[in-house]
Amino acid sequence: MKIVQEFTKGFWKENPTFRLVLGMCPTLAVTTEAINGIGMGLATTFVLVCSNLLVSILRKFIPDKVRIACYVVIIAGFVIIVELTMQAYFYSLYKSLGLFIPLIVVNCIILGRAEAFASKNPVAESLADCLGMGLGFTVSITVLAIIREIIGNGTVFGIHVLGSSYLPFLLMIVPPGAFITLGFLLGFMNMAQKQGK
Amino acid sequence: MVHYLLLIISAVLVNNILLSRFLGVCPFLGVSRKIDTALGMGMAVVFVMTVSGGLTWAISYYILIPLKIDYLQTIAFILVIAALVQLVEMVIQKTSPVLYQALGIFLPLITTNCAVLGVAILNIQLEYSFLEALIFSLGSSVGFGLALVLFAGIRERIALSPVPKPFQGMAIALITAGLLSMSFFGFMGLVK
Repeated sequence: MKIVQEFTKGFWKENPTFRLVLGMCPTLAVTTEAINGIGMGLATTFVLVCSNLLVSILRKFIPDKVRIACYVVIIAGFVIIVELTMQAYFYSLYKSLGLFIPLIVVNCIILGRAEAFASKNPVAESLADCLGMGLGFTVSITVLAIIREIIGNGTVFGIHVLGSSYLPFLLMIVPPGAFITLGFLLGFMNMAQKQGK
Repeated sequence: MVHYLLLIISAVLVNNILLSRFLGVCPFLGVSRKIDTALGMGMAVVFVMTVSGGLTWAISYYILIPLKIDYLQTIAFILVIAALVQLVEMVIQKTSPVLYQALGIFLPLITTNCAVLGVAILNIQLEYSFLEALIFSLGSSVGFGLALVLFAGIRERIALSPVPKPFQGMAIALITAGLLSMSFFGFMGLVK
């Protein structure tokens, strides 16, 4: 029961993007197209799950004083795996995510979960926790990317949905649009939650 | 000479690292509630980013590439930055207590500031020479500091304004950042 709870909290109650407002850099930067959102989300989830699994297994052996350095090395190792895999098999995605793949290392969600959860909890719970967090992150940035892609380009996953007469609203694709869209989404989420109570 | 000047202007204003490249957004939202703290964080970032930009360039071109282990770039850079930050913290603590008081609490945060790692990687990706890398690092960090202080100034005013309840806090901060980013958009075309 507890494990289910640890898993589901990442989707709404402690959603990393909309509730904790962590990992903002990739959230804002890669969400110009829905496919980038999914790619980034899954890559981050993979690193999050693998590294926190390892942190949780090793939590009794890692000395307290150098724990952050240890976490960073573990995370960086998995990021390199993701980087090389994507370069080999998903080259176009690798190109469009660019700089933000190596930057998964400094995504605060991953280090945050290692420090706050995996270093204190047994393996099964940690696994549920970061799987939930990672998928919560993936869903959130994909939603953001879909909204930006529809309004900014009239497409979803590259398929036209608004008809050819739709004039793309370019602001949504350029950087300011990312901040503004996320700001409004956060506001509407707050409103929805208040109404739910 | 003109080339270097344009590089600085481009890094500070046109391709502002925060508002157009989205690097370092977490500290941008985290420590921008007061102008004082924003200024402290800005100065700490300028210092660390410039030094680490030069250092990681040297490591990449003198160690990683000759040994053909440049696929370890990410892990090497993050370790160098973490060690550098620790070192800077210890040196400042010993030599200048005043500076330590001003910057001390921000230094540990810089390790996970993606702008620092991002600029180090960009230096290599854009194939800058050593001097260009240093100038680009300096320009980017000054741009980061500039955006951070401007944003902190705006947020101090927002704290006093009647914002609709659901939008208080992060939501209005993000929308403000969007407007700030839009104003930086005006610099587009200044440098080709």
